[in-house]
Amino acid sequence: MAVVSGMRYAGYSTRLTVAMVVFRHRAAPFCVLIGAEMTAYWEHFAHDADIGVRGVADSIAAAFEQAAVAMTAVITDPAAVASDVMVEIDCEVPDVELLLVDWLNALICQMALRKMLFGRFEVMLTGTQLHATAWGEPVDVSRHAPAVEIKGATYTELKVYQQEDGRWVAQCIVDV
Amino acid sequence: MDIARFVKRSAYEWEIAPTGNMRVPVIIYASEALIRDMDDKVAEQAVNVAALPGILKASYAMPDAHWGYGFPIGGVAAFDPDDDGVVSAGGVGFDISCGVRTLRTGLQRHHIETVKTALAEELYTTIPAGIGSTGHLHLKRHEMDDMLRGGAEWALQRGYGRPEDLERIEEHGCMKGAEPAQVSAQAKKRQQDEMGTLGSGNHYLEVQEVREIYNAAIAAAFGIADGDVVVSIHCGSRGLGHQIGTEFLKEMVIAAPQYGIHLPDRELACAPINSPLGQKYLGAMRAGINCALANRQILTDLTRNVFARLLPEADMALLYDVSHNTCKLEEHLIDGRRRKVYVHRKGATRAFGPGHPDIPEALRAVGQPVLIGGSMGSASYILAGAENNDQRSFSSACHGAGRAMSRHAATRRWRGRAVVDELAGRGIIIRSPGYRGVAEEAPGAYKDVAAVVEAAELAGLANKVARLEPLICIKG
Repeated sequence: MAVVSGMRYAGYSTRLTVAMVVFRHRAAPFCVLIGAEMTAYWEHFAHDADIGVRGVADSIAAAFEQAAVAMTAVITDPAAVASDVMVEIDCEVPDVELLLVDWLNALICQMALRKMLFGRFEVMLTGTQLHATAWGEPVDVSRHAPAVEIKGATYTELKVYQQEDGRWVAQCIVDV
Repeated sequence: MDIARFVKRSAYEWEIAPTGNMRVPVIIYASEALIRDMDDKVAEQAVNVAALPGILKASYAMPDAHWGYGFPIGGVAAFDPDDDGVVSAGGVGFDISCGVRTLRTGLQRHHIETVKTALAEELYTTIPAGIGSTGHLHLKRHEMDDMLRGGAEWALQRGYGRPEDLERIEEHGCMKGAEPAQVSAQAKKRQQDEMGTLGSGNHYLEVQEVREIYNAAIAAAFGIADGDVVVSIHCGSRGLGHQIGTEFLKEMVIAAPQYGIHLPDRELACAPINSPLGQKYLGAMRAGINCALANRQILTDLTRNVFARLLPEADMALLYDVSHNTCKLEEHLIDGRRRKVYVHRKGATRAFGPGHPDIPEALRAVGQPVLIGGSMGSASYILAGAENNDQRSFSSACHGAGRAMSRHAATRRWRGRAVVDELAGRGIIIRSPGYRGVAEEAPGAYKDVAAVVEAAELAGLANKVARLEPLICIKG
C-alpha cells in the first residue's frame, strides 16, 4: 500500500508508468492505482460452499487479469508468487462471459498440469478471442501454504458488465 | 429462506407447487429450522432444476441442501430418456463421484491411544494430500484407459486392496459403460500423476471412534460396535473429474440452443440423454466414476499399509463406499410401473432401502450403508437406506453437514492455528499442509450435522445407525 499511496503524488503520466512497474514487478498487488479515479482491483464475494472471484478495471481485459489474481488469492497470497515461469494461454468461445470462465479454467488446468501458481497476468482480447500470458512459479507448499485446490470456474454468478463509472466487472463462482 | 413459499406436507417435507416453467414440484426434506437457515438460492436452484426437460416426479433437495452451482448441493433429480430427458454435467458437478468409504479396523480406542501421534504422522506423510502432491503411481496412456474402464477392480488387479472389497463398493467397484475415448487428452494428462491422492478443500482421511449406536441390529449387520475405531476417506476423481466437468459444461452450454433447451441457469448445462453429446458425456462421466473408485481403492491400500506397520492386529475390512456426485441409470417404481431412469445426485448419497438387489448380500436385509461425513472435528454418521425411500427421493439421502458459512466468513472468524489447538485440546489431531485451509473448514462453518441426519431419518430417507467422532484428521 505504501507504493500505491506514493503514486498519488506523482503526475498522471508518471502515475501510469509507476502503475505498470508495480504491475510487472510486484506480483499482482491487491489494488493498482492507475489514475485519481480509475482503479483496478480484485475481491472475493461470498457463496455458501465455494467462493466468488471478481475483477474490476477500466477494460474487460484488465478485469479478466484482476479476476485471475482473485482466483490465485483463493489459494495463496498472490504477492508471494514469483514470476519465474511464463505460460501462454489462448481461448475462444462464443461470448465474453463464457470467455471469462474459459480463461479461468485454462489457468486452473495449467496450475494442475504444471503444479504451478500464477501471480501476474496480461490479457489481450480481440472480440471473444483471448490471448494471455501468465507468470508464476512451481508450488512451494511451505512458502505458499496453499489453502485449497480449485476444481473449476463455474457459470454461477457469472457476469461481465460495465458499471456506470465506466469500469468493467468480471466475476464468477469457483468450485473448491 | 422464506418458509412462506412452501406448502408443508409434513414436519420434514416441504413443497413448492409447479408454476411458470416448472414441470414438477420442488420437494425439500428438512425440518423447518433447517429450511429457515438455507439460502434462498437453494429454492431458486431447485426450481430451475424442476424446469428441465424430462424431469420425473419432483426436483428434490436433501436436508443438508445448500447453494451450489446449477443444482443445489443436496439436489436429486431423475430423468426419463424416452421423454426428452436430459443428462446434466452441472447436475453431477466437477468432482465426479466424490464420495466416502469407511474401513473397520477391528480395534477399540484404547488400542490406538499409545500410537495415536505416530499414526497421525505416518498417515500424513504416506497419504499425498493438498496442492502439488503427486501419487506413487504414474500412469501411461493405455494404463489410464484400463483404469478408466476398470475402476476399483483395476486397482485390485494392480495389487491395491482385497478381492472382498469390491462387493462393498457401489457398482461392485466398476462402473459399466465407461468410455475412456470420450475423456480428453487434457483430462487424462491432469490425472497421470494424481492417482492415490486425497485432494484438498473438504476432502480428508479420518480415524474415528464409534461413540454412539442408535440401531443395534443394523450396527451388528454393518459390523460396528460402540468404541470401535474406523477410518473414513473422503475424496473424488481428482483432476480428471474436474477437467471432464469443465469441458462438458462448456460444450453443453454452447450446444443447448441446438437441442432446443432453454437453460434457466447456464450451470444447468445439459443435453438430451439420447443425443450424441448426452451419450458422450455419460461415457466420460462413468470413466470419471471409475477414476474416483480406483483413487479411493489406492488410498485404502496406503492406509492399510500404515496400520499394518503400526497396528498389525488391525483388520481394515471395507464397510462400504458411497459416491455423492453422479448420474446413474436405475430402476424405480414410478406411477405404478418400474422404469429405468437417470438419477442425478449432486451432493447426495444413494441410499437403497432393505432388500434392494444392488446391496451386498450380507447387508441386504438392513439397507445400504449411507456414510455421512461431518466436518473436520465434528461428528460423522452412519445411516442405512430406509424402507420405501424409493417413493420419496429415488432412494437418496443427505451426504454431509452442508456448509452454513462461506469460506470467506470462516477465515475472518477463525485462525487455523487456533482451530488446530482447540481440537487438540479435545484429543483430535489435525494434520494439514496449511492453516488457512483448516480455518476454512472449521467445524463452526458447517451446519449441525446432528440436525441434518435427524431430519433424514424423520423424513424417512435413511435410518440412523451410529455416530462417529474424529480422533485424527488428515486434511488436504
